[in-house]
Amino acid sequence: MRENVVIRTVSRLAVPFIQVFALYVIVHGASGAGGGFQGGVVFASSFILMMVAFGLVEVRRRIDNRGIMIFSVMGIAIYAGIGFLCLLLAGNFLEYGVIEAAVGIPHLHGYLLDAVEAGIGITVMAVMTSIIYDISDNRGEAP
Amino acid sequence: MIWELDFALLLFMIVCAIAAITVKDLLHATIILAAYSLIMTVLWAEMNAVDVAFTEATVGAGITTVLFIAAIARTKRSSSD
Repeated sequence: MRENVVIRTVSRLAVPFIQVFALYVIVHGASGAGGGFQGGVVFASSFILMMVAFGLVEVRRRIDNRGIMIFSVMGIAIYAGIGFLCLLLAGNFLEYGVIEAAVGIPHLHGYLLDAVEAGIGITVMAVMTSIIYDISDNRGEAP
Repeated sequence: MIWELDFALLLFMIVCAIAAITVKDLLHATIILAAYSLIMTVLWAEMNAVDVAFTEATVGAGITTVLFIAAIARTKRSSSD
């Protein structure tokens, strides 16, 4: 399968569009259908398509276990950091209005909502990719 | 809500669900389950639950199918019972 030029060319063309669509779903989640979880899953599915077309080793060279660990911790840190910042400013968990009132920038709660969604998306993308890595890596044994 | 479309989709969904648990080849069962998920997506979207439909399409028809196929590749393909 790895030598098939049709699969390689089509996935080389399709992967950037899938990733842009995933980012659109994450950013659009505040005002319509979509959100961090769905966008993260769509982003992870682009890595699955790369794995099908180019093999596990090629994708692992781009994003390895260390990168997955950094991404999953970074996403949940963005989410919990913004949430606990609201607690520190005497609001509820993820109550963006108190940060907007304290900093004084208008429409800041919208940007904070997008940041939280992006954090969820990054974590979901990293964890889904790590599950697929672990289940498709046969560690030198026969498939 | 168009009840003829709903009726056809629900009928096809029940057929897919029964076929997925009765078929012997697990790879065929996985693909039938993906078809079930796709019909469920259309039904959710028709019931104006677009967010649930999106989740069903990405997780149900996308990630779950890949995980099942990867699990079948590491175990046996035919069911024993």
